[in-house]
Amino acid sequence: MADAFIAALCERVKDHAARKAPLRIRGGGTKDFYGAARDGEVLDMSPYAGIVAYEPKELVVTVRAGTRLADLEAELASQRQMLAFEPPRFGDAATIGGTVACAFSGPRRPYAGSARDFVLGTRIVNGKGEDLSFGGRVIKNVAGYDVSRLMAGALGTLGVITEISFKVLPRPAAEATLAFDLDEEDATRQVNVWAGQPLPLSATAWQDGKLRVRLSGAPTAIAAAKAKMGGEEIDAGRYWEDVREHRLAFFAGAPVLWRLSVPQTAPSVKTPNAQLIEWGGGLRWTSGPVDAFELRSSVERVGGHATLFRGADGAAGAFHPLQPAIAKIHRRLKSAFDPAGVLNPGRMYDF
Amino acid sequence: MSAVAEAGLRERTLERLRAIRPKLVVIADEEGLRPFETDAFIQHRATPMLAVLPESEDQVRAIVKMCRELGVPVVSRGAGTGISGGAIPHPEGVLLVVSKMKRVIAIDALARTAKVEPGVRNLQVSELAAPHGLFYAPDPSSQSICSIGGNVAENAGGVHCLKYGLTTHNILAVRAIDGDGEAIEAGARSLDAAGFDVLALLAGSEGNLGVITQVTAKLVALPERVETVLAAFPSVRDAAAAVGEIIGAGIVPAALEMMDRIVIEACEKFLAMGFPAGAEALLLAEVDGGNEETLAELSAVRSVLERCGATEVRVAANDEERERLWKSRKGAFPALATMLPDYYAMDGTIPRRCLPDVLDRVYALASEYGMVVANVFHAGDGNIHPCIFYDSNKPGELERAEELGGRILEICVEVGGTITGEHGVGIEKLRQMCVQFRPGEIGAFHDVKRAFDPEGILNPGKAVPTLKRCSEWGGTHVRGGKIPRPEIPRF
Repeated sequence: MADAFIAALCERVKDHAARKAPLRIRGGGTKDFYGAARDGEVLDMSPYAGIVAYEPKELVVTVRAGTRLADLEAELASQRQMLAFEPPRFGDAATIGGTVACAFSGPRRPYAGSARDFVLGTRIVNGKGEDLSFGGRVIKNVAGYDVSRLMAGALGTLGVITEISFKVLPRPAAEATLAFDLDEEDATRQVNVWAGQPLPLSATAWQDGKLRVRLSGAPTAIAAAKAKMGGEEIDAGRYWEDVREHRLAFFAGAPVLWRLSVPQTAPSVKTPNAQLIEWGGGLRWTSGPVDAFELRSSVERVGGHATLFRGADGAAGAFHPLQPAIAKIHRRLKSAFDPAGVLNPGRMYDF
Repeated sequence: MSAVAEAGLRERTLERLRAIRPKLVVIADEEGLRPFETDAFIQHRATPMLAVLPESEDQVRAIVKMCRELGVPVVSRGAGTGISGGAIPHPEGVLLVVSKMKRVIAIDALARTAKVEPGVRNLQVSELAAPHGLFYAPDPSSQSICSIGGNVAENAGGVHCLKYGLTTHNILAVRAIDGDGEAIEAGARSLDAAGFDVLALLAGSEGNLGVITQVTAKLVALPERVETVLAAFPSVRDAAAAVGEIIGAGIVPAALEMMDRIVIEACEKFLAMGFPAGAEALLLAEVDGGNEETLAELSAVRSVLERCGATEVRVAANDEERERLWKSRKGAFPALATMLPDYYAMDGTIPRRCLPDVLDRVYALASEYGMVVANVFHAGDGNIHPCIFYDSNKPGELERAEELGGRILEICVEVGGTITGEHGVGIEKLRQMCVQFRPGEIGAFHDVKRAFDPEGILNPGKAVPTLKRCSEWGGTHVRGGKIPRPEIPRF
């Protein structure tokens, strides 16, 4: 079944390339909102599902792109392991392929690493209909350029991701959440001071004068950290999951949502509406409408970039404009991997 | 190229290099060029046409632009500690040595970043970060002399990769001059950057995609406590099983090194470590972090080791004892090298469950070649470093050592691993690239190369073989000496 699926996929891409007919790559369709919406015949990857290999003692899993994120995470949890980048799902149908194509990472990201950090290898079908494998199933590998990590965040514009190998990590033995009353400036400084110390931080979120910090690790380590850090221990309930899945009230009122990725210690970026700040200060959410150019300029001034995460309307591109020399390399990569321009054209930038 | 044209090109290149302002050091005499003939892959050497030592990114840009106009290859070099030949000069090219670009631009303790020029030494970054309670995690064994630019170009690893990651996981941003002579900034000071992950491509690109001019590295908290354990096992299989059990118990040690019988024997002979008789494998485990976390992990590791049949477990009581335990890993090779003058270190990675079988095959090959192969592994991540001992004064021994090494790497590929975990391809493993990858992937690598360097002037002939050479070597898709579908023209 697997070989037949890949063979048919290669043929279909070749056929579309010959006709210059765009394909819209889709897993569970939970991320249709992300990036510029474009036309194209839907290429449904959800049938290509299943775990190819899982070696808990090697910390490596290989999975087909159409596998539901929920299924993969349940399998890892049965071995007390996890995807340490804590990806959001934004819907039950979310697939691992879509997650990597979008390079989505969740609350644990600043302290554990990003989606791309945990990618060890990818198998793709490029725009020429070639079935290619990069990276591998081992943790250390420097043979060839790191094309497998290039696929993370390329939104399928360079290749259809068919299989992915990840490094996985053990689940922490215990977790706790501390709360502090701090304003934005003090909260940002404080979480960065803590991050420079050997403390078991695993997530932070600040909103409306309240900083929440999650700790993960051995129970004794959490107890010691609590004593050092102070604050009030709270029952977080589903709070971190709600942050990750954008289910907090903050997000409900934000049909137009901006994602500001800035240096963790960046000064406050002024926005008309309130912000929710994650990732030790490095990820700041705010709702629109705002003047996109103005917002992007102020984010750029502090060394970051701004994504119109939800509610892209075509007037402002979803993604931050690229420096000309980097844009040149993007166009060359795109035309080499997908010369006919059939893979998710226009989803990311104007190619 | 005729000799006259070549001489003309050299003169023209020299003239143009000398015209760059502000002026830079240009080395054109043979004696001055000789120290640059090789990196640490000392089996091979070449004299560059010219060498330059720029002091700024502007100078690097001017050099690359000029070389692109004249079609002259540019090979960049940091400290020259690479052991796959990535910085071996091109005889008709310019060697761009970044050793004068060694400014530390900024250490930001709160943001936990170090912005440095490429010639800054790896260890220096950690030394500068230490007063702030921070360090730079990747620690290749040459860390006291190797430089950051080379670390990024090679995506350098070290003994702490399982927990702390490779160079690619420990850098935020890189500035480089691409093959067009344009400055590019990959990554950002934020935790991600807009667009494709160009930073991932530059890390480990072996000087093929850009000349690195600035690196913003991540710093991490120094551990509050470090605990080191050494355990002896009656078989490699038992030791490998113990590694699996440690990880299965939910522990990711900072280091997990395994040494084989030949290393143990050398330790006994030269260092009198006093290991139990019959020990076939040693496991050196280090856990670090906060005080409580580390103590919890130490006790878990210890009980796993005992349960898995370790015949002796030693825990270092202090730094001095820790150093002594590490001697079994670090001191064995100098000891072995006193018996046999030269050694050739291999660098494959394999799925760890294959370790005992791979090792058996390595021993069988070693006896077939009549050579001594000692084995150390970064056991946690499956990165193996078989060391082949030979005597370069004996004619043909080097070639035989290289052939044996090549066969070991092919075993790594066969069991689902890779030909290089952290040393890079350089010129050393070009041939094995054709075994690991199919023509489609090799073609994609050349596509990536052209996107950054359309004229192919940056470090040509390294890291990725041409399809033509793969075909000549018969590497790709040749199994059991039979070429599938011989009617198809080969590339």
